[in-house]
Amino acid sequence: MSATALATPPLAPGAPLSKKVLVADHPTWCPGCGDFAVLASFYRVLEKLNYPHEKIVTFAGIGCSSRFPYFVNTHGGHFIHGRALPFAAGISLGGDDLHVFVFGGDGDGFSIGGNHLVHTARKNVNLTYVIMDNSVYGLTKKQTSPTSPIGFKSKTDPWGAMDQPINPMRTLLNSGATFVARSHATQVNHMTDMMLRAAKHPGFSVVEILSECVEFFEGAFDAANPRKGGRWTLIEEKKNDGSPEDANRHDVTDEVSAFKLAQQAWPGSFGVFYENNVRQTKNALEAGLIAKTRERTKNASDLAVLQATFAKMR
Amino acid sequence: MVSPNSPTNPEGAASAPGTPRSIQDVVIRLAGNSQDGIQSIGGFLARLAGRSDQDVMTYMTIPSTISGGPSIFQVRMGTGDILSAGDRADMLVAFYQHSYEAHIGSLRPGGVLLYDSDHVTPAEGDNRFTYVACPITAGTVEAVGGTSKDKGKNIFVLGLIARVFDLDVAKLATLIKERFGGKDESIVRNSMLAFDAGYAWPQSNLRDLFYRFEAVDRAVSASGRPQVTMDGNMAIAYGLITGGVRHGAAYPITPWTSVMETLRVELPKYGGIFVQCEDEIASISTAIGFSYTGQLAMTGSSGPGISLKMEALGWATMAEMPLIVVNVQRGGPSTGLPTNVEQSDLMQAIYGSHGDTPRVVLAPKNVEDCFYIALEATRIARAYSTPVLILSDQGLSSRIEVFEEPDLAKLMVDPKPDRSERGADFKPYPLDRITRHAPPGSKILSGKYPTVSGLEHDELGHPSGSPKVHQQMTIKRREKLKQLAATLPAPELNGDSSGEVLLVTWGSSWGPGREALGRVRKAGVKAGHLHLRHIHPLPNDLEQVFARYHKIVVAELNDEGLYGYGQFAMMLRARYANPAISSVCKTDGLTFKVSEIVAGIAKHIESTELDATIGVMRKSALATS
Ligand SMILES: Cc1ncc(C[n+]2csc(CCOP(=O)(O)OP(=O)(O)O)c2C)c(N)n1
Ligand code: SF4
Ligand SMILES: [Mg+2]
Repeated sequence: MSATALATPPLAPGAPLSKKVLVADHPTWCPGCGDFAVLASFYRVLEKLNYPHEKIVTFAGIGCSSRFPYFVNTHGGHFIHGRALPFAAGISLGGDDLHVFVFGGDGDGFSIGGNHLVHTARKNVNLTYVIMDNSVYGLTKKQTSPTSPIGFKSKTDPWGAMDQPINPMRTLLNSGATFVARSHATQVNHMTDMMLRAAKHPGFSVVEILSECVEFFEGAFDAANPRKGGRWTLIEEKKNDGSPEDANRHDVTDEVSAFKLAQQAWPGSFGVFYENNVRQTKNALEAGLIAKTRERTKNASDLAVLQATFAKMR
Repeated sequence: MVSPNSPTNPEGAASAPGTPRSIQDVVIRLAGNSQDGIQSIGGFLARLAGRSDQDVMTYMTIPSTISGGPSIFQVRMGTGDILSAGDRADMLVAFYQHSYEAHIGSLRPGGVLLYDSDHVTPAEGDNRFTYVACPITAGTVEAVGGTSKDKGKNIFVLGLIARVFDLDVAKLATLIKERFGGKDESIVRNSMLAFDAGYAWPQSNLRDLFYRFEAVDRAVSASGRPQVTMDGNMAIAYGLITGGVRHGAAYPITPWTSVMETLRVELPKYGGIFVQCEDEIASISTAIGFSYTGQLAMTGSSGPGISLKMEALGWATMAEMPLIVVNVQRGGPSTGLPTNVEQSDLMQAIYGSHGDTPRVVLAPKNVEDCFYIALEATRIARAYSTPVLILSDQGLSSRIEVFEEPDLAKLMVDPKPDRSERGADFKPYPLDRITRHAPPGSKILSGKYPTVSGLEHDELGHPSGSPKVHQQMTIKRREKLKQLAATLPAPELNGDSSGEVLLVTWGSSWGPGREALGRVRKAGVKAGHLHLRHIHPLPNDLEQVFARYHKIVVAELNDEGLYGYGQFAMMLRARYANPAISSVCKTDGLTFKVSEIVAGIAKHIESTELDATIGVMRKSALATS
């Protein structure tokens, strides 16, 4: 069967990826949900990256935000709550030529999946993780999340949340993520830029996007939305141009400065907090181990290696 | 079993002092401390067995539970098939007083106590045994000299054993050189000094304790393949590699750990990756991620770690992802008995996780079978796009056995993810066919890329809440395993093909089960032994086998539960609604003794109307056999 015989040919050979071929099921999110904008941005990111269509993988855990892969026409899927990162690590390490994107919410990533976040970051598995943080559990209808501010009235804390929320940027930096950025779902260009840079980063890259749940935490991020009277503070990155103002700009390779930015009072700054292009990815380390091992076996065939091993057990 | 001092051994009774008596097999228990290298004596004997043409010895171990503390190793060697570790020892080698005190009860009356007279004073007046006092410590120190103190006691004892049982000294010396070669040359030299000293220990002191294993006419195997020596965990690892598994992920836990240690070191040689994860949930998740890329992957664990994997295992059933999960069972629940054996994860293996989660469960019967079950698991996982659980256990994991090297050239699977283009009609979950996933990297000609999902989904993988779709997909996931069941070979049936009693075993209880069958039949009972390796789905037509016996006794290492039946017996009763099925269960953390199974069978036969027909004579023969 030839591609031309199909009713809707996907993509003419050599044609760039377009939103038209990238849209899939119609999103099931509530009208006005911040996640729509993240999705729209992501289509633009994929258009710009123009990877071979079949090599893009989008995966997710469970939550409103984790429905994302159903709305993007790529290989992908929907795993269990909080465990999308280790699953995606398997995809990335198992198929080093694939472009792996993981989507999820604040509960999925920082609560049930918190330990996986730490370890996937520490291992620097090559993939891009987009956290759509709405500071509430959306899918299960308004329970306190690990990023809910103290005082937030949820169904599990009707009198207002009492537990200290986690600081996502600090958590990510501390875990050893090699690309850490923050954005806001109302800033489409910025979001696109952050996801694009994250995708191009070799290693574990994370973008936390404040994405409002209009249903259960309306106005959560107005403090950073100029249209709602908030303040949008961009991180100015060092240009190394020798100018006097450059001295005050943020060096993204400087972990200590990144921690300082992460300590700012709410709503803080947006942009790239940290980028480390020096540390090797787990993908590269494992490939190196394979190469070294095979050098020792002189590239013997699988069968020859196995037979030699059995010979030693005689 | 014909034991060294067995009065029924005709040659032994007639032989003059110093002349070796012919024996079939012997059980030796070595008891000391773990730093004495007791396990390595067993290692040498096993590999010697593997390299012997006539005297094939098979043996088993019981591992130490406390590192640095008391340690024992039980080896049974002989000619012909050795199926179980042996109920009681024919010879006990005691290194210390505490070893003697703790293990003298395991020596059968008439057995030989060989003890280190530098450390052990046996009880006076206990004349049930033959005593051989040997200054093992002083003998070793004297032979090796220098600064090594009593290091090498184990090799001294190996020399003694080689002398007593007329073992092949040249082959043992080669093995010692292989083992210690590469290290400091003085180690090989010292080892040989200790070995020779043990071997040459004045013969007169050994009185007339000389044996030779009967030469059996072993037709050289038609394949001409050599014997290999390994434990069950290694056999699983190499079975998976042979089956084309190149990816895995896990977290350490006893007794599973050595499978992952082996794979972590081995897989890079094959271009593969094994990931040590932060926990068991991450491990199974990573393994399924690997499988999703079109390369069948594995994970494994024991006890608590298997519980942690259950949610993700349900996803693999729902998303119909091939996957291998190895469970090296230990005593449970919770942390339970980490270094003891139990077969109590059967129901969890079949039904664990929420919802209806059909999947395949296989159980190896011995170390060799660990290899073949692992291989079969890879074939089934791919062919039916399903998770497959392998239920091994602590007994198999640490037991070393000798078996014929598999025909690797014939069995080796070359794994290549199928990234071929999929036609416009591609569906990840067709209702009329078994799922064949298109891994990422494959072009889909319709331009519609598939989603794999833990939500109920339609044929294209889209989420669906439709009751009809859920029902259809539930049936699809179930029916493919029924298709598998129809292809399964009839299980191994030994003994009488009909009769008074059918003994049923699964997993590592196969060996003691087979020996028990022999004893039961010798006592005059018409009996069969059915062993199942395919636990779920069960092979078809078992009801016809069951119908040929009056009583069906299922022996398994788990509790009889509230209703008086072990887990497998419960399954079989539910499946076949056969009231003749009953249980022999135990949970003492040890593998079955043959006599325990025999006694269990005797009890069940007693309790039926067969009493009259069996007759008092045979019944008592059964009870004491
Ligand atoms: C093991 C498990 N526990 C609980 C749930 C129920 N659950 C589904 S999504 C969710 C929280 C979602 O919150 P978040 O990750 O912030 O995503 P959002 O819906 O806000 O986008 C919970 C608790 C589940 N699916 N699985
Ligand atoms: S509940 Fe909130 S997060 Fe979920 S779709 Fe609606 S608005 Fe979005
Ligand atoms: Mg949320």
